[in-house]
Amino acid sequence: MNLLNISGSPHVHSDESTKKIMWRVNLALVPALLVGIAYFGVSALLVACISVASCILFQWLIEKFLLKVPSTIGDGSAVVTGLLLAFNVPATLSMMWIVVIGALVAIGVGKMAFGGLGKNPFNPALVGRVFLLISFPVQMTTWPDVSKVKFFGLDTVTGPTPLGLIKERGAESLGKMPQIWDMLTGYIGGSWGEVSAIAILVGAIYLLCTKVISWHIPVSFIGTAFVFSAILWLVNPIHVGVDPADGAEKLMGFIDPLTTILTGGIMLGACFMATDMVTSPMARSGQLIFGFGCGLLTVIIRNWGAYPEGVSFAILLMNSVTPLINRWCKPKRFAC
Amino acid sequence: MKTFKMGGVHPEENKISNDAAIEVMPVGKQMVVLMNQHLGAPATPVVQKGDKVKVGQLIGEAQTFMCANVHSPVSGTVLKVEPVKDAFGLAKPAVWISVEGDEWMETIDRTPDIKRECPLEPKEIVAKLKEMGIVGLGGATFPAHIKYSVPDGKKAEYLIVNAAECEPYLTSDYRVMMEHAEEICIGVSILRKALGVPNAYICIESNKPLAIQKMQETARGFEGIVVEPLKVKYPQGAEKQLINAVTGRKVPSGKLPIDVGCVVSNVGTCFSVYEAIQKNKPLIENILTVTGKKLPSQHNYIVRIGTTYNEIIKHSIGELPATTGKVISGGTMMGKAVVNLDAPTVKGNASVLVMDEAEARRNPETACIRCGKCMNACPMGLEPYLFSSLVKTGRIEEAKEHNILDCIECGCCFFSCPANKPLTDEIRLGKNRVRAMMAAKR
Repeated sequence: MNLLNISGSPHVHSDESTKKIMWRVNLALVPALLVGIAYFGVSALLVACISVASCILFQWLIEKFLLKVPSTIGDGSAVVTGLLLAFNVPATLSMMWIVVIGALVAIGVGKMAFGGLGKNPFNPALVGRVFLLISFPVQMTTWPDVSKVKFFGLDTVTGPTPLGLIKERGAESLGKMPQIWDMLTGYIGGSWGEVSAIAILVGAIYLLCTKVISWHIPVSFIGTAFVFSAILWLVNPIHVGVDPADGAEKLMGFIDPLTTILTGGIMLGACFMATDMVTSPMARSGQLIFGFGCGLLTVIIRNWGAYPEGVSFAILLMNSVTPLINRWCKPKRFAC
Repeated sequence: MKTFKMGGVHPEENKISNDAAIEVMPVGKQMVVLMNQHLGAPATPVVQKGDKVKVGQLIGEAQTFMCANVHSPVSGTVLKVEPVKDAFGLAKPAVWISVEGDEWMETIDRTPDIKRECPLEPKEIVAKLKEMGIVGLGGATFPAHIKYSVPDGKKAEYLIVNAAECEPYLTSDYRVMMEHAEEICIGVSILRKALGVPNAYICIESNKPLAIQKMQETARGFEGIVVEPLKVKYPQGAEKQLINAVTGRKVPSGKLPIDVGCVVSNVGTCFSVYEAIQKNKPLIENILTVTGKKLPSQHNYIVRIGTTYNEIIKHSIGELPATTGKVISGGTMMGKAVVNLDAPTVKGNASVLVMDEAEARRNPETACIRCGKCMNACPMGLEPYLFSSLVKTGRIEEAKEHNILDCIECGCCFFSCPANKPLTDEIRLGKNRVRAMMAAKR
C-alpha cells in the first residue's frame, strides 16, 4: 500500500483556478472581438492576432531567458493583455507593427518587471496603450471611418471619433454626432474593440454570472461618469455659441450623460480593465471608491484635459492608489 | 430560511453514506483508552496493571477544572498504563486493556425501553454529566459539565442544538436523528432543564429533509423544542455562525456563546446526555461514519471508544483501496489527516473518511492575483491573503492586530483560492506563533 498523504484541512478545493478565471475573461471578450472585426474588417483581426501573439511571445521569452522561471503562458493572462491592448488601438495598417512595441511595454514593463502576474501595480494593457499614445500620438489617433471600411481592405479612410469631434469644438461637429443606436452597436469611430456597448455588456454579464467580477466597480465607474456628466450637462448643455475672444462660432457646454458613457472607452474600461483583480481594491467598499475615482477622473480629463479621452489615464491613476484603498477599506469583521 | 450573514462557501456535499443504518462494530481483543479525549488536561488514571475492569467503569478521573472523566469501553484486565501514539503521531497517556467478555457495570440500564421522565434538579444533572464523562461531540470535545454550569452573572436564553452537519461526507448526526429522534428530544429537554431556558432550537441544514421531518414530528410531543431548518451553506454549523443564523446575535471576538445568552450543543451530545442521565451509561461509544467515494460500501457504526482505525477499516471494508491517498478523521473541510492508523479512536471522532489519491492531491500553488475571494469567503470578515504574507515575513505582531486569532479555521479561504495558496495552513501557523508571542510576553 502507498504511504498516506498528510496535510492540514481543508482537504477539498473549489476547483477555481487563475487559469479558469483568465480564460473566462478571454471568452467574455469574444463578442466585442467579433463586433470589432465585423465593423473594421480583417485589419482588426490582424491587430488582435499580432498583439496576442507578441504578448505571449514576450512573456515566454522573458520567463525563459531573463527570469529563468517555468513558463506561465498557459494561464491565459498574456492573452487577456494582448486582446485588451489590441482593443484599445485603431484598426489601421501602421498599428500592425506599433502594437508589437505596445505588447513589449505591456508585458515587459507593465507586468514582468514587477515579478509577473499578481505583482504588477498597473494594468499591463493600459501601460502599453498609454505608452503608445504618448510615443505615437498621430498613429494612435488616426481612426478608420467605420462607414468606409472595406472588409478585406487594409488601406483606411480616416474619420473622427465622437469624443474627438467634441474636443475640436467646431460649430458643425454637433450635427456629426452619432445616434444612440449606433453607439450601442458600435457603428462609430474609435478603437475597434471598445465601440460596441452591447457586445461589451454581454461579456460583462457573463463575467458577473461566473463571479469573475462583481458589479461594484463597473456600476460605480459608469454611474459616477453618468451622474457627474449629467450635472455638467444640466448646468450647461452642449450648444453652438459665439466665443467672446475671437467672435467665432464654437461648440460650448457639456455633452449629455448617455453619450458620455456610450462613447470612448468607458464601457470596456469599466467592465474589463478597471475590474482587473490584480490592480483593483479587494474589499467591496474599496471597489466602490475605485470606480468612483475612475468615473470622476475620466469626465474631468475629457472635459478639461488635453486628450479627448481619459479612461486609460483615469484607471492608471486609480491603480496607483489601490494599495492605499486596500489599507483603508477593510472588510466588515464579524461582530464589530 | 435562516443562515449566517457573512461569507461561506458551498463544497460538494457527498453525503453518500446517508442511507446506511447504524451498525454495531464488534469489540476487538485489546483496547487502548486515551486519558486525553477532551479539551483540557488529561484525566488521571485510577486503575493499575492487573486490575479487572467492567464496561462503564471509571478508569480516568477528572482532577482539574478543565477535564473530563474517562470510562472503560470494555471489560477485561488492565495490561499497562503507558503512553500511546495517537492518530496524529503524538504520545498521549493511556490505559491498555486486554478484552475479556463483555461485562457491564450493574448500574447501567441496557434495556431498550425509553425513559422520558427526569426527576433530577439542574445541579444534579450537571453533576451527573461530569460523572459520566460527557463531552461535546461536535468536534471540540468541550467538557459538558463546564458548558452547562452557567457562570454567575450570566444567563442562558437559548439552547441551540447543532444538527447542521455542514461538513461534507459526515452522516453520523443524520443517522442518530433518523434512528434516535425521541432519545435526542429527551436529552434536549434535560439540557433545557439544566439551563432553565424556555426554548431549545434544533438546527438542521435543509439538505436533510427527512431528518427535519422526523425531528419535527418527534418534537411535537415535547415542550419548548423548535426545529429550525437552515440554508445549506458551509460553515453553518460553526458555533458563532450558527448562533448568528438562529438568533441574529453575534458572539464578539474573544467571548463565549454564553456572553450573548446562548449555549450550543451538538445533536450527538444530546443523545449521549440522554443515555448518561436516563440510562446511567457513560460516554464510551461514538457514532462514526466510514465513507469515501472509492469505497466498496458506505457505513455508519456505533463504535466503542478505543477501537483503532485499522480495526474499523478491517471490519467495514476489509482493507484500504490501493489508490487511497489520505485518511481523514472528520469531514473534508475541518477534519484532520490521520498519521497513524494503529491509533485508537477517541470521544468525538465522527468519521473515517478515505480519500482517493487524485482527490487528496493538492493543486500546485500559483501567484496570488489579489482577487479577494478568500476575503469574501471568510465568515469572520478577516483578510486571509494578508495573514499569508504577514506570517511568511514574520510580522506576527501585525497579524495579531489584524485579528488573526478570530479565525475559526473553517477552511473557506483555501477552498476558494484560485491560486491554490494554502491560506488555512499559513493562518494556523500564524495563530500558533501569535499565541507563543503572547505567552512569551506574559
